Amino acid sequence: MLQTGRAEAVTRSDVEEFLYREARLLDTWQLDAWTELFTEDARYVVPANDKPDGNPACDQVIIDDNHARILARVTRLKSRHAHREYPYSRTRHQVTNVLVIEREGDTLTVEAAFTVWRFRNDRADTYVGRYDYLLTVSDAGLRIRSKRVTMDMNSLNAAGSVSIIL
Amino acid sequence: MLHAMNDLIVDDPERCVFRVHRSTMTSEAILALERERIFSAVWLYLGHESEIRNAGDFVRRSVAGRPLILTRSKTGAINAFYNTCTHRGATICRRDAGNASSLQCFYHAWTFDLDGNLIGVPDAQAYGPAFDRSALGLRRVARVESYRGLVFVSFNPEVEPLVDYLAGAREYIDLALDAADGEMEVIHGSNQYGIRANWKLLAENSADGYRGLPTHETYFKYIASLEEDARRKMGAISSNGAASSYLSTGRGKSLGNGHAVSEKVAPWGRPIAKWTPLFGAEAKPKLEAIVARLTEKYGAERAQMMTQTSRNMVIFPNLVLNDIMAVTLRTFEPVAPGEMRVTAWQLAPVNESPEMRAARLDNFLTFLGPGGFATPDDLEALESCQQGFAAREVEWSDISRGMHLNEPRPLDELQMRTFWRRWRDLMGARVPVLAR
Repeated sequence: MLQTGRAEAVTRSDVEEFLYREARLLDTWQLDAWTELFTEDARYVVPANDKPDGNPACDQVIIDDNHARILARVTRLKSRHAHREYPYSRTRHQVTNVLVIEREGDTLTVEAAFTVWRFRNDRADTYVGRYDYLLTVSDAGLRIRSKRVTMDMNSLNAAGSVSIIL
Repeated sequence: MLHAMNDLIVDDPERCVFRVHRSTMTSEAILALERERIFSAVWLYLGHESEIRNAGDFVRRSVAGRPLILTRSKTGAINAFYNTCTHRGATICRRDAGNASSLQCFYHAWTFDLDGNLIGVPDAQAYGPAFDRSALGLRRVARVESYRGLVFVSFNPEVEPLVDYLAGAREYIDLALDAADGEMEVIHGSNQYGIRANWKLLAENSADGYRGLPTHETYFKYIASLEEDARRKMGAISSNGAASSYLSTGRGKSLGNGHAVSEKVAPWGRPIAKWTPLFGAEAKPKLEAIVARLTEKYGAERAQMMTQTSRNMVIFPNLVLNDIMAVTLRTFEPVAPGEMRVTAWQLAPVNESPEMRAARLDNFLTFLGPGGFATPDDLEALESCQQGFAAREVEWSDISRGMHLNEPRPLDELQMRTFWRRWRDLMGARVPVLAR
């Protein structure tokens, strides 16, 4: 039987603080520190715009990173040869409408809304959508076991690509 | 400044000089002519039959700016209609895909069957005697033909048959499809993205081997490090030189009618059927069995091509079939001289094992797609070119690489010259146009 998990003690305010800090790491391009927010079994998934409920096991998605690929993505973005992001764009990750949907054991199911702005070379790109997180309470604090980013835009005709981390 | 069309391309095989005037990428007048002489004249890709398997299935598409509906009728016929009500113009189909028993316009509720016949007009008695329902069916696109599941349309009623148009590209479509050893289907979830660059830059880029290493260095490093890890875990000795073999093998080939392909052995695994340590030891005998079966069926040479080589093919003007670490169909249409919209789908064998399907999906999204480790950098390159074209005193781009060779390599620019020669022929000689 599960004991009363540590998730019970985590407030929405704690979750918001955690998500804001994640956003800040991304906006300041502290990508190594960002990777440390993830557990070893973590997933970072961005489904296709026209298949928002897409399952990476059988559908085409835009991003399906396990922990190793999260690290590889960051290694790539830190290189001077990730041309779309060299020099880095300026971004602002805005996280709102944070809801803790469920607390069970050490795990919290969290939903939030986001707007991510990206500015570079005089172009302005906007990404809007929903975050679905599975957060886990570890001795070191909250950690991300799953981050799924569902975009509201029908297509990437305006934004072009997902060259930043959403 | 006035240019004749022939002045926009310098094609001098004697001196091995091939240059393209950059106004072809920036001029509104040229785009207007392209819409008329290319996009309204040749065959254009519309969709794949697997997207409309059942009667009543439909998908909504934009082809060369026209809103279209691709649907399957109750008798199994494949229909391509203009997505506009014959009454007052509203789009009939307002979803990306679905299934319907009839097509109804929401505006005044005119209803059409799946063959386009007008079957419902509310309050029809209010129309006069000249009202002719049979002339008010959904308008069909002039020509629709399929080749092995790939559905093309042409707005030109006089266009040659599709199989003739495809010319040598047929053999390479066959290679990709025969390798599946059964039916292929479009996987759910497409990539739709915009690039602020002229559409022809993507035709050039899609089979541009020369860009591979500089533009996609981070991808090749990623693949190399993954393979190294996998080999270490399996206790095997490491291999190297994958990227350098990429530089020296293969060839570029013109396929007629402006289509071209580059083929090479590239440093990545292929689900059919080039094993890489990343697929795991248990996948090796399975892939060897696929090679054996295809060898038996198609002979050693063809099976070798199907399974070991990667092929980037541009079917003029705007379809790319890349059979590389996965199979992608990609089409793109101009929105403005400096802007295009791209749609890309993934094709996979229907009867593929779940493990190889997973490996294929993984292969696709690490390189391809707008969140991959390579495609965003291609977008950057194309947009960067378009920005560079604003330096209007620098008038020419050079596409002469490998022109002196009898058999150009995939890193040469034969594919692009093939495209541009067809472009020049269709656009017509000696037509004065305003160059910027």
